[in-house]
Amino acid sequence: MSGLDIAPDKMQPKAFAFDAEHDARANVIIAKYPDAKKQSAVMPLLDLAQRQHGGWIPRAAIEMIADRLEMPSIRVWEVATFYTMYFLAPKGQHKVQVCTTTPCWLRGSDDVVKACKDHLGIGFGQVTEDGKFSLHEVECLGACVNAPMIQIDDDYYEDLDAASTTRILEAFAKGETPEHGPQNGRRGSEPAKA
Amino acid sequence: MLKAEDRIFTNLYGEQPWNLSAAKKRGDWDGTKDIILKGRDWIVDEMKASGLRGRGGAGFPTGLKWSFMPKNDDGLPRYLVVNADEGEPGTCKDRDMMRNDPHKLVEGCLIAGVAMGATAGYIYIRGEFHNEAEVVDAAIAEAYDAGLIGKNACGTGYDFDLYLHRGAGAYICGEETALIESLEGKKGQPRLKPPFPAMAGLYGRPTTVNNVETIAAAPTILRRGATWFSSFGRENNAGTKVFCISGHVNTPCNVEEAMSIPLRELIEKHAGGVRGGWDNLLAVIPGGSSTPILPKDICDDVLMDFDALKDVQSGLGTAAVIVMDKSTDVVKAIARLSYFYMHESCGQCTPCREGFGWVNRVMNRMVTGDARMEEIDMLHQVTKEIEGHTICAHGDGGSWPIQGLLRHFRPELEKRILARQQAAA
Repeated sequence: MSGLDIAPDKMQPKAFAFDAEHDARANVIIAKYPDAKKQSAVMPLLDLAQRQHGGWIPRAAIEMIADRLEMPSIRVWEVATFYTMYFLAPKGQHKVQVCTTTPCWLRGSDDVVKACKDHLGIGFGQVTEDGKFSLHEVECLGACVNAPMIQIDDDYYEDLDAASTTRILEAFAKGETPEHGPQNGRRGSEPAKA
Repeated sequence: MLKAEDRIFTNLYGEQPWNLSAAKKRGDWDGTKDIILKGRDWIVDEMKASGLRGRGGAGFPTGLKWSFMPKNDDGLPRYLVVNADEGEPGTCKDRDMMRNDPHKLVEGCLIAGVAMGATAGYIYIRGEFHNEAEVVDAAIAEAYDAGLIGKNACGTGYDFDLYLHRGAGAYICGEETALIESLEGKKGQPRLKPPFPAMAGLYGRPTTVNNVETIAAAPTILRRGATWFSSFGRENNAGTKVFCISGHVNTPCNVEEAMSIPLRELIEKHAGGVRGGWDNLLAVIPGGSSTPILPKDICDDVLMDFDALKDVQSGLGTAAVIVMDKSTDVVKAIARLSYFYMHESCGQCTPCREGFGWVNRVMNRMVTGDARMEEIDMLHQVTKEIEGHTICAHGDGGSWPIQGLLRHFRPELEKRILARQQAAA
């Protein structure tokens, strides 16, 4: 369960509405569920709001989603605080999420964590001064045969070591999006060539 | 070793495109209409005969599960839900099937849907699999455009809708009733059973929840026949299975193999062997984080199937093999899992919510030996108080790794406690 890390009032926008693109996507999502079961769309709509609003969900978005799905706002709050992928306060422009669960730990996630902390100069849960990165410790991301790995925004970077981790972070800092997937040259989950 | 032509998942590594035309060349969507027209009973009987047991961890016979859906059609919706919330540490097989071979899953949904009289299906994919979700969504769109699903699917007269639903980071949603709650737009907290989902599931309607691999394997099993599938593995453990081999091996990988393959052969043939050789092996977690750890002497000759692993007080689970060589701090490895189960408790049941916090704190002290001898027994006792006393199996799944550690590595814990006491004295 995610902790209650909610942005203070002064950071909260007064109102929130989906822009045209996100509104259209919201309609496609809502149509997936029976008319009387609109509440099912709450998770994808929270995700849309977070994407539109620079990586976090303001209070006004929660109220808007509650109205749109005809559900009490407390029910939206419950969902927004239960799942770890929703952020209710601003984080880094890029969220660097390091898996440290046992399969990654066995393959050296300690080195990856150290590389992230050293390079970014922040600890878990913190944001860099320029607001570009935040660092997060996460539980198993389901890429265990490509351990250790990190997720940056939507992409998995796998088969890492300290050097490749640093290289990836440097690329992001320069505004690039490096190629995601295994960083040791292999394809997907196939055994690496000897 | 399983022959290449006997593999179900022929594009596991993504050597070929995932799209419909490439999938058809691999044999997907071939004769789907004929299979469907053979009818619901034929499909269920064939699945029963194949011996397929659920690939999500519990190993419940798939054909039997499908047969639990009510037979009478009341004209109201009923659902197939696919559990793609893959998150059991060590497990990463469904991800490969979805990103590289999604049409096996889409076709499987239609066939399973027919077999259980479902009107629609939802695939619940973990939120972190963003890129995989895009592929599955695109495959669903391709299948709609080609008339393979939707109204009059494959020209059979059967209507079947299929949707993708993304989660948002909660391991517990892999529990089928928590998944249903989540799909209904709520916190992912498991429901009491009964009623079982086949009676009252999604939106209170009859629902069956199956793992990705189970559903994706079904079309090939029906095309090649129950006899073909059941020719692999020992009795009651039929078929092929995708194994995930992670940890201290030379070449970690996913690989499809016959069930009942010896663990040692699996690791040595496919994962390049244990780092430093077989004799450098300390222990293996054979089926994902919930399954109790096995020391080397058991690993030497244990078979990878449901019954063989149950006989050694562990389990096949998701067939996620986590290998630890002799350099491993085994206490720390399991302590990290205890953190995972604490973190992922939904908080609904007291034994799990409070118990795993306690277990994690004691385990962290066990790592450094900062504990009293009698706390080892207490640790075991507390896991026994959690196990079986919660609404869902999270309480069991978090207890077993600790029990496995105590069963096989108790001297290691005692040694650390003694060493610390001696250092202090």
